[in-house]
Amino acid sequence: MPLVELAAIWKSFGQNPVLKGIDLTVEEGQVIAMIGRSGSGKSTLLRSINGLERIDDGTILIDGEKIGSKDADLRTLRLQVGMVFQQFNLFPHLSARENVMLAPMVVKKASRKAAGALADAMLAKVGLSDRAGHYPDQLSGGQQQRVAIARSLAMEPRVLLCDEVTSALDPELVNEVLAVVRQLAKEGMTLIMVTHEMRFAREVCDKLVFMHQGRIHEEGSPAELFSAPKTPELAQFIGLVEAAG
Amino acid sequence: MAYQFDFGSLWEYRGVIADGVGLTIRLTAVGTVAGVGLGIAGAFARTSRSPALKAAVGAYVEFIRNTPFLIQLFFIFFGLPVLGVKLSEWQAASLAMVVNLAAYSTEIIRAGIQAVPKGQIEAAEALAMSRLQIFRHVILGPAMRKVWPALSSQIVIVMLGSSVCSQIAAEELTYAANFIQSRNFRAFEVYFVSTGLYLILAVGLRALLKLVGWSLFRRRRHV
Ligand SMILES: Nc1ncnc2c1ncn2[C@@H]1O[C@H](COP(=O)(O)OP(=O)(O)OP(=O)(O)O)[C@@H](O)[C@H]1O
Ligand SMILES: [Mg+2]
Repeated sequence: MPLVELAAIWKSFGQNPVLKGIDLTVEEGQVIAMIGRSGSGKSTLLRSINGLERIDDGTILIDGEKIGSKDADLRTLRLQVGMVFQQFNLFPHLSARENVMLAPMVVKKASRKAAGALADAMLAKVGLSDRAGHYPDQLSGGQQQRVAIARSLAMEPRVLLCDEVTSALDPELVNEVLAVVRQLAKEGMTLIMVTHEMRFAREVCDKLVFMHQGRIHEEGSPAELFSAPKTPELAQFIGLVEAAG
Repeated sequence: MAYQFDFGSLWEYRGVIADGVGLTIRLTAVGTVAGVGLGIAGAFARTSRSPALKAAVGAYVEFIRNTPFLIQLFFIFFGLPVLGVKLSEWQAASLAMVVNLAAYSTEIIRAGIQAVPKGQIEAAEALAMSRLQIFRHVILGPAMRKVWPALSSQIVIVMLGSSVCSQIAAEELTYAANFIQSRNFRAFEVYFVSTGLYLILAVGLRALLKLVGWSLFRRRRHV
């Protein structure tokens, strides 16, 4: 059984249809990269998978269970699906360690001691043990993003959604974050990531999904799609990106 | 003949003045704690998804902000007994202070809430936190920190506004001053001294609020 199963997802903003019948299955341990032009609906799709956007139609199944739209259902969904954002979104009044501790304490009712130990383990995993007491504004963008990843991992999600997690970073800070994601992939974490890092997508992903005008235009192994794109849109997109990169 | 200043004549009323200062401080303390507490609740209610609750809180805030404090006080003290709610001078004055500050602080705190970046709230949602948990742990601290100076000013305004409570014979500082003046006719001396006392109270209150803010929002280091 797939871990995530999307069937016929539709979503409009007002009169503007943004997702037009998306079907996608993700197996446990798979790493999916989503690519596509600006405005093609990649973020909207990711946000729909953890309920930050309400879909108009279609079904989302996590581990075979259908997700409703009630608050309680959404929270159950979010316990399984973590998300890391382009803009880090750390809580500025909390130290790195407290950022990681917060959700385990308030959502899972972990004791301060247990949450602290968990936070230390997660910060060690992203290589930031020595920054535990720093506040977000005392950390570089790359460090903040790694804290954000640690914060998501502390909730032990079954799937992690990553929306352009390196796009807001200075070029020299991109690799430290990609290294963490690569390590997660290696450990068997199920990942769905929107990315513009084509080389990374090619090296790390099991499946590449090309979004175009609210639809999945092409999907398959990265090797296939990069070497022999079937549609002119993908060919053009890859050409554009490689020319730019 | 020139006026002979006689501050010494106030000495026999020192007990009355001290009681007045004491009541002003108590009114302010009750008004601040309950008013800001209700303001936090009101600001949370205004983030609710229920239009009825939002509208009700909004109407309350606008009603209080657009009517004079003295009328609110008279309504509570002279008006409510008609409905069978009879309050002592102290109770009515405290209630008026609370009701008034609650409305202003709802509005002030709401501005702080709106300044919290949406992304932080979404990050908290993605961590499976509930609305109340997000408000308490993610929104409230930064919002209060941001509006603390504005809130502090409002608290001082309300403290000075408590002067009006003399009108229902709540025996706070202004009431004490009026009382002494009616006995010894030393208007200049009495109001000079009470002005000075209000000034000291206001400056002291500002300093106290600054200290409270500092201890609430300072960064704690526990690594
Ligand atoms: N909250 C919103 N309200 C209205 N329209 C929106 C909203 N969010 C997204 N859109 C629109 O939906 C479309 C898809 O946006 P989305 O953010 O999903 O694209 P994307 O593929 O992630 O693009 P990018 O690469 O620029 O991040 C765009 O046309 C965008 O303007
Ligand atoms: Mg996007």
